[in-house]
Parts: sequence; structure tokens; C-alpha cells
Amino acid sequence: MTDTAPASGAAQPGTRPGIDPRGPRFTAGITAVLLAVVLLLAGTPAALWLLLLVALSFALGVARGVQHTWQSVLFRRLVRPRLAPPEELEDPRPPRFAQVVGLVVTGVGVVLGFAGVAVAVAVAAAVALVAALLNAVFGLCLGCELYVLLRRVRPAR
Amino acid sequence: MVRVLLVVAIVALTLVAGAWWRSRQGRVRQSAKPDAGRTGRAGDTGHRDKGPRWADAGVDLAPRATFVQFSAEFCGPCRTTSRTLDAVRADTPGVGHVELDVDRYPVLVRQLSVLRAPTVVVLDAHGHEVARMTGAVQPRQAREALDLVPV
Repeated sequence: MTDTAPASGAAQPGTRPGIDPRGPRFTAGITAVLLAVVLLLAGTPAALWLLLLVALSFALGVARGVQHTWQSVLFRRLVRPRLAPPEELEDPRPPRFAQVVGLVVTGVGVVLGFAGVAVAVAVAAAVALVAALLNAVFGLCLGCELYVLLRRVRPAR
Repeated sequence: MVRVLLVVAIVALTLVAGAWWRSRQGRVRQSAKPDAGRTGRAGDTGHRDKGPRWADAGVDLAPRATFVQFSAEFCGPCRTTSRTLDAVRADTPGVGHVELDVDRYPVLVRQLSVLRAPTVVVLDAHGHEVARMTGAVQPRQAREALDLVPV
């Protein structure tokens, strides 16, 4: 199955195995819907628990790659069989990095939320919603766009 | 009700920002000529204190133009840009394409003010920057950039 690939390939760029680029975008779409619901429920305990669910989903994507999240499983089972094969495959590392960024944002919101800072839940959900929407609609990985900039602030070596 | 409006506003603004971002992908920007009107010795390439020494970075300049592509490990559009530029290079005599990882060339990245990946710097035969493109590059944009290179 072409949707599963090792997250770190050392091969030449372009020859590395890839994943269907629509998978991560579908995942981001579901995440965006959940985050919108979090915003609508902000201030209630349900918002915090739902944000926790989103954060745990990101954690799964960080640990095993975005192609192994529950949203991606839904994509493979329900959506992909109805689509034509992808024109080209995508490097799995950028979307996995996006999962890291999502985990950090929503994780901070969850921790602060459980600590009693209710507004942090809404702020984290709003920031993550923007990133997830950009990913789902435009295929834009916000964290990846900022990666070079962040590296310049804190050089690798 | 206020919350629904808030969510709608966030979604709308995000879509506008995303459309703007997409419209800028790979757009060709002509670079400022570093020495124009400053020294009056346009043909002098022997003592350039500005600009990187490409040979030191392992970049062999092609006879007509060279695409120097800065890529990163976490970069979605780098792969497609790489493929596009390779195809243009194969089609166009005298054109080269070199891909550099931003993590391995931090000095060049700073020197050239590379902020995003991919950033493609288009060099003329002497290694002077003529134009640059950021984001996913289409073949049409790559050819547009080549047209800016003096023959």
C-alpha cells in the first residue's frame, strides 16, 4: 500500500516513497471541523475534552505519521476508494511536522484549560483552526512555511 | 450567536489569506542589481566583495543560467518544484539546477535572506542573482525567470 511509507527516508529527493497528499488534507479537514465545534462550545467542559481529543489525534500523528491517524484511516476506508489514484505522492515528513505544530498549539491549550485558564482553550482552538483550514483547503502547511524562519532564529549547528 | 459569527469570521479571513498565499506561489521577482550605478565598472567580476562565492558552496554555474533551489526537510512544495526545474533544465540548453538544503548551508541562507522553502534564486552565467521565486514553481514561471537572464 503506497499510503504507508517510512517517515525518514535517506534516499534522493523525488525517489523517496510518498503518501497520497489528499490524506493529510482530509485529516486536516476533520480536525478543522472539530476545532470549530470547540470554539462554539468554548467555556464548557465539553470544549476542553474535545480539544483534548484533537490534541491526542495530533499526538498519534506525531508518533506514527499522519497516515496512521484515525482520520487517515477514515480517508483510506471511505474516501480514497472513491477517488482516482493521486497524480503524485507527497513526502510524509512535512505533514508529520504539521502534526507536531498542531500538537504543541492544542497541547498548550489543553494544559492551560485543565489549569483553569478557560480562554486558552478558545485561543488554541482558533489558532489551530486557522492552520488546519489552510492545510485542508489550500494544502498549505503553516508550520512548514515557518520552518526556515525558525531555523534561522535557532540555527541547527 | 456571537460565537457562530466569530467562527465564520475566522474561516472567512483564513480563506482570504490562503487565496492570497496561493496566488503568490512561485511568482517571479526580479532582483535588484547590486552594482548598478555604484562602481561604474560593470564588467569587473574579479573583485566582488558582495554576493556568495558559488564555487565554494559546490555550485557549478551553467553557461546560461542556474536555478539554485533552497529546500528544507519539512517542505511540501520542494519536491514538485525540484521536479519542475529538472524538467525545464532538461528542455533548455545551458541551464543548470542545484538543490541545497537550508540546514546544510546556513551561511548562504543568511547571506541571501532566504526565509522560506522552497526559495529559488536564478543566477546568470557569472553567478549574479537575476530573479528569485518562493513557493511551488510552475514551468511557466521558471521560463519567465529565465527570460530575465541577460544572454
